[in-house]
Formats: sequence, structure tokens, C-alpha cells
Amino acid sequence: MTTVAAPAVTAAPATGRRPSAARSRVTVNVVMVAMILYFLLPFWWLVVAATKDNDALFSTAALWFHSPGAFLINLQELFTYNDGEYLRWMGNTAVYAGVSGVGATAVATLAGYAFAKYRFPGRNLLFSSLLGAIMVPATALAIPTYLLLSKVALTNTMWAVILPQLLNPFGVYLVRVYVQESLPDELLEAARMDGAGELRVLWSVALPTLKPALVTVLLFSMVGTWNNFFLPLVMLNNDKLYPLTVGLQSWYEGAMIQSGANALFTLVIAGSLVAILPLIVTFLLLQRYWRGGLTVGSLK
Amino acid sequence: MSLLRQQGSTAMAPPSVTPAKGLRTPMAGRRPGGLSASTRHKGMGLLLVSPFLLLFLAFLVAPLAYAFWLSLRTSTLVGGDHFSWFANYQQTFTDPQFLSGVRRVAVFGVVQIPLMLGLALLGALIIDEVSSKLAKVFRMTLFMPYAVPAVIGALMWGFLYSPTFGPVNSISNSLGLGKVDLLGHGLMLTSLGNIVTWQWTGYNMIVLYAALQGLPREVYEAAKLDGAGQLQTALRIKIPMISSALVLTLMFTLIGTLQFFTEPRVLEKTASSVITPDYTPNLYAYNLAFQYSEFNYSAAISFSLGAVVFIGSYFFLFATRKRSGLK
Repeated sequence: MTTVAAPAVTAAPATGRRPSAARSRVTVNVVMVAMILYFLLPFWWLVVAATKDNDALFSTAALWFHSPGAFLINLQELFTYNDGEYLRWMGNTAVYAGVSGVGATAVATLAGYAFAKYRFPGRNLLFSSLLGAIMVPATALAIPTYLLLSKVALTNTMWAVILPQLLNPFGVYLVRVYVQESLPDELLEAARMDGAGELRVLWSVALPTLKPALVTVLLFSMVGTWNNFFLPLVMLNNDKLYPLTVGLQSWYEGAMIQSGANALFTLVIAGSLVAILPLIVTFLLLQRYWRGGLTVGSLK
Repeated sequence: MSLLRQQGSTAMAPPSVTPAKGLRTPMAGRRPGGLSASTRHKGMGLLLVSPFLLLFLAFLVAPLAYAFWLSLRTSTLVGGDHFSWFANYQQTFTDPQFLSGVRRVAVFGVVQIPLMLGLALLGALIIDEVSSKLAKVFRMTLFMPYAVPAVIGALMWGFLYSPTFGPVNSISNSLGLGKVDLLGHGLMLTSLGNIVTWQWTGYNMIVLYAALQGLPREVYEAAKLDGAGQLQTALRIKIPMISSALVLTLMFTLIGTLQFFTEPRVLEKTASSVITPDYTPNLYAYNLAFQYSEFNYSAAISFSLGAVVFIGSYFFLFATRKRSGLK
């Protein structure tokens, strides 16, 4: 795809001579446009396909509109199919993402703050195992976690999806770094001098300062949960508890088994579009917080 | 991959740009004199950290310990459940199905990772240098797939690849090139690689871009005065100076690749003769547990995989310590 053109961008030395500078500018722009087109292609296809009925999906050009009116029919079908199970999945996803996200952020804030501002026995050991935990692959944990939760009859419940995702070692790390860099001891000490208790200091002095970091942790853990597939796939076999990812995949499997002779394909497509819209909107609106999370390590 | 990458690929923790800080932080609190509050409130620290500690024990330490214990046992209809020590591991590392999955993921990684990170680095160098409107659109568009669940990414590409109504085939047909079976034996791995590249290039680009933005501008000015062109500045100054971010993105990508699961799982039904139950090690572990109820063996595979990733990343970080500028 675009890789062929790639080396060209750096190949034009900017010696300041006009023609070569202009040429390199053009090359860079061409590379950017080519990459934009490639990365937009699936989104474009999804929007186009969501406006087609099942027949048009199979018989008309894949990348251009055919019967835009079908979009509303598809949506209606999407929200009512099988007693509106899509809406239920959407609700489930919101619950999983909301509860896990808020919970994980709260836990990470307390722990990150404690690591940064208190000394307690086992602190260094725990912090180094936390750094190690970031590297333990989540998928290696899912199956044993499933087996353990099944012993306490928690599998196939919402808790099975929520509880494991409350653990967010990276969030703790992020909060710790942020506290160390933006919350001077003197500030806390001053509040204590004024007679504030430890919890009061945390609540009214530390938390307001930490807000940007908390939003970042919240965003990352909510989106992580929203997008998670493996954990709910392992934990749940009751389709009433599915999140969108597992639900859409089950529709897709159903469509495949019936080899496309039914309306499930249009549902999968419309469902995918509706599922990613809130994410992309949040994403564009909260860009600076995303970048906050990605750059935290390099804060000065 | 998401696995990673993301959990599956998706929930994977984003890397911080300079691991140096992380490794140094445990010491940072040890300022002489700065401990007043900390020493007075030992109990408070423990209290605040306890919810995290509980979760850490319940959902990290316990599953790992349990997986290890399970992996040391064998359960058969005839022989019952008994300790078999490392028999499952012996089986794992001689199991042709497991090994072929490992080989496949290795081939995949060797090709896909350099391609994706190269593209991400190129993009990062561009947006670091160019500040036009187009560059802004470029940055946002490339980052957008990161917001898409890996399942949906794989579904969309699965449709685009489809021999019956995907555009790729109609284009090659109209060009007279005939049918291209993107979901057949020959091209499946390439098609999967394309999905992963689409999903993760922008994320890696932003991480590298953030590192580039953190570099002191004076260095470029000096290089410019010395007559270095943009190419030379990029190759000799920028890339070496962000090597720690490059190392980190490489490590997190490797972790994600080893867990490769979501994309092959989604395309499994579309191309069941190509994506066999042992297509990747993780898919194999999943199918052993949930299709064949071989929990002990599955645990051995999961545990081996986890151990390889864990030990591998520690060694990787250690080996690249000098290069990545960790002090």
C-alpha cells in the first residue's frame, strides 16, 4: 500500500534550494493523502454499507451508495431484532465500561497516591511487581481467572467481566508519576498544618490537582473495557449478558453459518457503525487527555 | 491483535514513553527530610493501597498460581486427577500443533512488526516536521482505528476481503486480474497483518510523536547550522534520540503479537479450513479449554505463553537498557 512511497519523504534533503524543498513538500503531502485514504477506507465502506439493504449489499459496488433510505430501515431492524438484544448489549457494555472504568480509576488513584506520598512496609516490592504486572499478558490470565471464578459461581454474571478489569496496574503507575510531578509535599504539609486529616488532604487538596490524570486513566480503562473481547467471551455464555463486541461477533457467526441468505449481515454492519460512533466522538472531543496518557512518561 | 494490544489486544496498557522514569521512581521518594508525613502515617498508606493489593492478589497472583498448579496435574477418565509434574510442559514443547502456531506467529511478527513500526515512525517524523491542516487530519485519521474495538476492525476488513461482495475482488476482477482469495491459505496471514497494521499504526505513531515533541529543539537548530538536511537530522538525531520510545513500542507490539487472538477468531468462521483451532498459540489454548475441556493442558500452554512474554520483556528491556538511554 503506502509503504512503497514511504522512504521518499526523507529522501529530499532540505538544503534550502527552492525547487527541492517544493518537491519534498509535494512528496510528503502525497504520502499523507495516500495514508489517509488507506486508513479511512474501512470507515468509508462501513458508512456506505450501512445504507444498503441485504440485496444491494451483495449486488452493488461496495464503495458507493445505492439506496441511502435503507439506512433507517436497517437501524430500526437493528434496534428491534430478537427483542432488541442489540440495545441490551449496548446497555451491558455501558455498565461494564462505566463500572469498571470508575472503579479502576478510584482504585488506581488511591494506590498511586499512596505509592507517591506514603511509605509503608512492602512498598517497593509491591511497586516492582506492579511494573512486572503490566507485562503479564491479559489473555494468559483470562482462562485461569474463569476457572477460579467458576468455583465461587461468579462466571456468567456481570461481576465476572467487571471485577478482573478493576485491576489496572498501568493506571496506578500513571497516577504515581503524575502525583510526584505535580503535587509538592509542601502543599500537603500546609493543609495538614491547618488541621486537615489525611483523607481530607487527599479529597480537597490532592484530587483537584490530579484531575487531568484521573480523566486520562478513566478514558483508558473505559475504552479498554468497551473494546474488550477475550474476557467476556471466556466468562459469559448467556447472550443476555454479552457486551457489544461478543454480541456482534455472535451475529456475524450466525450470518456465516447461514451463508449470507438472511438479513444478519446488514445488522452486523449497522451494529458495528452504531457501536463505534460514541467511541470516535469521545475520542475526538477528548484528544488532549489521550495525549496526556501517552506522554506522561516524558513530562518534565 | 489487540490482544493488545491490546486484551486482547485492546485493553493493553499504553506504554509510557520513557521507561527510565518508571525504573527510577521507586527511589524518587527517598528524599532526606521529605518524609515527614509518610513516616507519621504508615497505616494510611497501607489503607489506601489495600483495594489495589486485594485486586492484585485476586486477579493476578491467584490466577497465575492456579494456572501453574493446574498445569502440573493431569486429569484422565481412567487415571483420575493426579500430579504429573512437568509432563504437560513436555507435551507443550513437543506438540506439533502448538509449535506450528508459534512458528506462524513468529513469521507474522517478523514481517508485520517492522512494517507497522516503520510506517508509524515515518508518520511521526512527518507530523513532527509539518504543521499544516493536512498533517492534523493525517494525525487524527491514523489514530482513529485505535478507538475501534479489534472485533469490529476485523469484521470490517473481513467484509472488505469477502470474495462475494468485497471491493478488493471486484476491483481485481474489473482489471482482469481474476479472483484474489484474500482469505485463502496463501494470503490469510497477510490479510491478518493488514488488519493489525491498520489498527495499531496510529497508536504507535502518536507514542513516537510524543517522544519527538519532547526533544529539545536547540539540537535541530545546531544540526541545521552544521548543514544537516532533514533526512540527516531525522536519521542521525531524531531517531537515535527517541530510541527508548521505539524500544517500548516494539516491546508492547511483541507482547500483543504473542497473544494474537481476536482477529483470527473473528475470521475463523469465514475461513474455517484456513484458520484451524491451533492457528495461534492463544487460540489453541482457548480451544483446548472451551472446546475440548482440556483445562490442565490449556493451563500449561497459557502459563508457558505468559512466562515467555514476561521473561522475554524483562530481558528485552534489560538488553536494550544502554541503547534505550535508561540510566
